[in-house]
Amino acid sequence: MKQVNRLSGGLVDRDQVLGFTFDGKRYEGHGGDTLASALLANGVRLMGRSFKYHRPRGVMTAGSEEPDALVELRSGGRQEPNTRATVAELFDGMQARSQNRWPSLRHDMMAVNDRLSNFLTAGFYYKTFMWPKAFWEKLYEPTIRHAAGLGRVSGEDDPDVYDKGFLHCDLLIIGAGPAGLSAALTAGRAGARVILADEDFAFGGRLNAEMFEVGGEAGSDWAKAAVAELASMGNVRLMARTTVVGAFDHGVYGAVERVADHVAAPVEGQPRQVFWRITSKRALLCAGATERPIAFANNDRPGIMMASAVRSFANRWAVAAHETVAVFTNNDDGHRTAADLIAKGVRVTAVIDTRADAPAVEGAELFAGAQVIDSRGRLGLESVRIRTAQGFTRDIVCGALAVSGGWNPNVHLTCHQRGRPQWDETLAAFVPGPDLPVGMLVAGAASGVLSTEGALRTGAEGAVAVLADLGIAATAAVPQAEDAPVDLTPFWHVSESKGRAWIDMQNDVTVKDIKLAHQENFVSVEHLKRYTTLGMATDQGKTSNMGGLAVMAELTGKSIPETGTTMFRPPYTPVSFGALAGRAVGKHFHPVRETPSHNWATERGAVFVEVGDWLRAQWFPQPGETHWRQSVDREVLATRRSVGVCDVTTLGKIDVQGADAAEFLNKVYANAFAKLPVGKVRYGLMLREDGIAYDDGTAARFAEDHFVVTTTTANAVLVYRQMEFARQCLWPDLDVQLISTTEAWAQYAVAGPNSRKLLEKIVDPRFDISNEAFPFMACGEVTICGGLRARLFRISFSGELAYEIAVPTRYGDAMIRALMDEGEAFDVVPYGTEALGVMRIEKGHAAGNELNGTTTALNLGMGRMVSKKKDCIGNTLSERAGLNMADALKLVGVKPVDATQAVKAGGHLMAKEGPVDAAHDQGYVTSAAYSPILESSIGLALLKNGAARLGEVMRIANPLEGDDVEVEIVSAHFVDPDGEKLRV
Amino acid sequence: MIIDHPLLGPRDAQEFVYLGDADLINRPDWQAEDAADAFHDYLYLRDNPAGVHRELWYHEQGDRSWLVVTRDTLTHEISKVELARDVARAQGRGR
Repeated sequence: MKQVNRLSGGLVDRDQVLGFTFDGKRYEGHGGDTLASALLANGVRLMGRSFKYHRPRGVMTAGSEEPDALVELRSGGRQEPNTRATVAELFDGMQARSQNRWPSLRHDMMAVNDRLSNFLTAGFYYKTFMWPKAFWEKLYEPTIRHAAGLGRVSGEDDPDVYDKGFLHCDLLIIGAGPAGLSAALTAGRAGARVILADEDFAFGGRLNAEMFEVGGEAGSDWAKAAVAELASMGNVRLMARTTVVGAFDHGVYGAVERVADHVAAPVEGQPRQVFWRITSKRALLCAGATERPIAFANNDRPGIMMASAVRSFANRWAVAAHETVAVFTNNDDGHRTAADLIAKGVRVTAVIDTRADAPAVEGAELFAGAQVIDSRGRLGLESVRIRTAQGFTRDIVCGALAVSGGWNPNVHLTCHQRGRPQWDETLAAFVPGPDLPVGMLVAGAASGVLSTEGALRTGAEGAVAVLADLGIAATAAVPQAEDAPVDLTPFWHVSESKGRAWIDMQNDVTVKDIKLAHQENFVSVEHLKRYTTLGMATDQGKTSNMGGLAVMAELTGKSIPETGTTMFRPPYTPVSFGALAGRAVGKHFHPVRETPSHNWATERGAVFVEVGDWLRAQWFPQPGETHWRQSVDREVLATRRSVGVCDVTTLGKIDVQGADAAEFLNKVYANAFAKLPVGKVRYGLMLREDGIAYDDGTAARFAEDHFVVTTTTANAVLVYRQMEFARQCLWPDLDVQLISTTEAWAQYAVAGPNSRKLLEKIVDPRFDISNEAFPFMACGEVTICGGLRARLFRISFSGELAYEIAVPTRYGDAMIRALMDEGEAFDVVPYGTEALGVMRIEKGHAAGNELNGTTTALNLGMGRMVSKKKDCIGNTLSERAGLNMADALKLVGVKPVDATQAVKAGGHLMAKEGPVDAAHDQGYVTSAAYSPILESSIGLALLKNGAARLGEVMRIANPLEGDDVEVEIVSAHFVDPDGEKLRV
Repeated sequence: MIIDHPLLGPRDAQEFVYLGDADLINRPDWQAEDAADAFHDYLYLRDNPAGVHRELWYHEQGDRSWLVVTRDTLTHEISKVELARDVARAQGRGR
């Protein structure tokens, strides 16, 4: 296929021939092409179908503002929908497909929507699918969903890596057109740390798209030389293919660098894209301006483009939009397009200028004071109909129409901190307002200075001003360049147009839709946007918002600045989810914490459960066990009969040291610690300041000024944070230091009647751990296995004679293996969190299910533990009357009357006879388990005045699941209520 | 946001955990006559101004300092950063 529209000159590399396909058909382009320029070069104007009416569409712009030429790139896991052909850098082997059409782009069945356009107006969904109500979920929504959307994703995993990075600089320059390059040269030469970012793969901005000279040489050559100089500076970082997408607080900017979007696949180890977080002292916005269209009937045919885009394609990419081009403009800029095309030998059939005093054009017929009122051509433009100043209509033959309605400065980033743009009469456009993000300055076209020399000058001056702020001296050197004033007469849409005149190409919003919104009183711009979808989707209305505003202003009789703009929010252009996620995907979505016995537990076939970030062994199945209950029952029975070992490393551990350590614990725990002797452990209950139970654990006193306290696994981080708050903010003069040692120690519970015998084989013989020398609630530092330091605690969660032994983390694996080896003589079992839970319910110990954020110490049967003699967090408000009613909930045990029935957590206690409703609610079951010792289901419950109701028969109602179980209220301590086992 | 830590210099706000109004430092006297009311007010009545606000931030992924940050909630401008311990002492808190 020949590149029929390829011109001479331009900035493409003709030695590089790149093959690509569009809808399966093979074409060729050159290095430096975009997909859009290469398609146009090959005479392809039809590139897509519109969102709603499936109208044939071509390319409208040459940049990231493109609303129409959206394609699917690549296939499989790399398939990417809604990619703008104007920014897709061509590579050899590129596969592109059109979207939103069936069966083909030329013959799209859904184009029937276009015939139904009278029904599909603004607010169509809200009005049409109201009745019958039941149809919404079953019929309307699925049908709409099927028809909606543009491109498709493949559903396969993206094989590429995305990354995140952090950068710091004195000056971030956003945009590398004349203003940005001039600023970067000024700041770079002065020695400032500069980052220059541009979304394009070639630096230069409009310098690459215009025929202007800068300092006596071609603008593109000047840009090339500037880039070469900047590249030689160690203090300047050039970031091409990098879009700054958002301005955040305190000089932080987000930027997406498309590292490998311009190749078929990244090389090994290279990220596809990087999301940069740039911390800048100052920023200079040199984002340029976007040309805006003029609306007229059928102004959406493939071939109708922005005048500046037609010029870019001709000058930079050496591509004629078509063999015959007409121009429709309200300002001098359109004339440049005509002049550049004529100079390249393209036939310009007419220049239609809305201004009666339009300047003459050499080489083309001028229609001053004229308007384009309609167009023809089914899948591509064939002609436009104009109305001349004299009132005659005429048809002009053209395959492309270059439209210019003036330029809108790209103010987006100036508004990301709630700043509002202000109206400029000369440009008839919004320019940056006074409320810029702190540290930001604007230069060049983005600030409303549209000439080349103005851009070069304001860029350099902006850099000088910003650097002066930072104490860096710099001088501005501005080369001579084009400095034409703006001559424009505002003109937004052709009002006498009969057919539909498109304002927003991407969302198929017409002038008529805006009139309808106005008629239905959706006049506020924010309402207008949401009612008509004007300015939504991938382009966020870069080419359409101003037109929409102008039409609404006309209808309401207000000025455009009075009508106002919608809020500009990040991102400036679409950002892929991959870039936002970075490496936090799959298993890396959040960190996993493994205990030192993890590998050993894996070898034993443990089933793991996630507890926060931790993985804990839940049970250890044995051969022949087919149900988890078999494993758990066996682990419980074996532990209670002989000995079991459980990894409790995940419990939070906090080292508390200092002369006031005991005093400090007195303040953060409800119960008292000052009198705890060295070598002893005490249970500790922590309250929130509102008097509700927060967390529990143990505090072991190793010296007068040294405690080791434990927290629950879930609250380890929060309790430590709260303790630091108490230490630094509430009692800043206490002599106490805290450090989290959760990960420094591997800790194992050794429980069961033979636990001491097992430990005697581990602990070095010079330490006497007999019942007399090391009684219940003792703690001490010992050595084990011939000299390894360890900490031993005689504490029990299971209700058995039990210990916890802690060794430095790196010995954790050896420790569990030693316990298993030495325990063989006692048929030792490892047990997991399920067996741990069963045993603590049997024993009646409260845990997370009971400390559920609503319960007090009184509810948990620990009311008397709250010391009245000292100040501690939560004690004052725990005395509130409402928390101390006579019928307060109390922790009890429940046991089904019929042992074959099961108790479930969540069921509510009701009187045996009587109504089951909220008014008669007596309490609820917090925890439930099957007790293999009692051979019955059991539960812990919070029951009104529960302590006085032991022996009562009640029912547990669970209407949700249809359960109704008769239970007897019993002591919460099903096993060893007097604690004799603990003390032998 | 960037928080200028008094000991460590400018740090990204992502390293910190936010708590709220710095009045949480002023925990009432538990032995006062009106302790119950004072604790109620301390715990539940909090200013939430649109403007300058003194608030507690915790450098959890750093040196574990609690800081009092004076921040304008409308603009996010941070005008002052202090160690909470210094603030607590200056407000008469001790042991």
